[in-house]
Amino acid sequence: MLNHMVQYNRTGFDASFAALSDGTRRGILEQLGRADASITDLAEKFRMTLTGMKKHVGVLEQAGLVITEKVGRVRTCRLGLRRLEEEAAWLERYRRLWDARFDELDGVVEELKRKKKADGRNKRQ
Amino acid sequence: MKNHTTVERKSERELIVTRTFNAPARIVFEAWTKPELLKRWWAPKSFGISFLSCEADVRVGGTYRFVFGHAASEQPMAFFGRYIDVTPHSRLVWTNDEGGEGGAVTTVTFEERGADTLVVLHDIYASKEALDDAIASGSTSGFGEAFEQLDEFLATLGASVERS
Repeated sequence: MLNHMVQYNRTGFDASFAALSDGTRRGILEQLGRADASITDLAEKFRMTLTGMKKHVGVLEQAGLVITEKVGRVRTCRLGLRRLEEEAAWLERYRRLWDARFDELDGVVEELKRKKKADGRNKRQ
Repeated sequence: MKNHTTVERKSERELIVTRTFNAPARIVFEAWTKPELLKRWWAPKSFGISFLSCEADVRVGGTYRFVFGHAASEQPMAFFGRYIDVTPHSRLVWTNDEGGEGGAVTTVTFEERGADTLVVLHDIYASKEALDDAIASGSTSGFGEAFEQLDEFLATLGASVERS
């Protein structure tokens, strides 16, 4: 898992670091770690305008740290870390498929190499 | 020693797979372009899948159609598309059309490095959402244990060769 988090695209990490560089945004993540909340809840808790809070949540969302979902008129925010984990797990499964394919391809390639070598020898004789 | 396969989400809508093979590019390329050879490695035994049929007319404008069977499923799975570029020993590009319009486009390059060949497989999706959806649908496994492997396979294979 760690390997994959390391391989996880750099722009994603840069966006995450930028998102985490702000104290309010770190506070929002802490808050969402305790419970999901609407933008309105968060704005009240952090004594901020709705517009201001929307901006912060937008940055966190861009970085994949928060996921928002609109139900009716309320936009609910929750931690997006799970999605990153799911993505890393999916990438690992995807890698395993290609790895298994390529292991078999190694066998085919070795056989072709041997055949070419033998053909070459026959031609020279 | 076995060579390492890496996978990276290169951008919002791109996946990159890399692997080195200990052979010249023309040999590796041959294994990707002759259906009778492709058939021997594309459906790995360790994933419990097998080819029911493998047709590939590898030239620009030619089409492919792979049909797979799996022990845990009665339904065969078909993947198909068209070759857009075929440059001998160096480049293959094909579409993935079974998901309808907007499927991923796959580019494979074969780069000789001394006695080895670096293969880079690049999937580009129509949008960030298309790739996110492919990943999300592969992350949910509601089929129970018997279907887990199939689910896993479909998710990975599905995203590698299809999806809109």
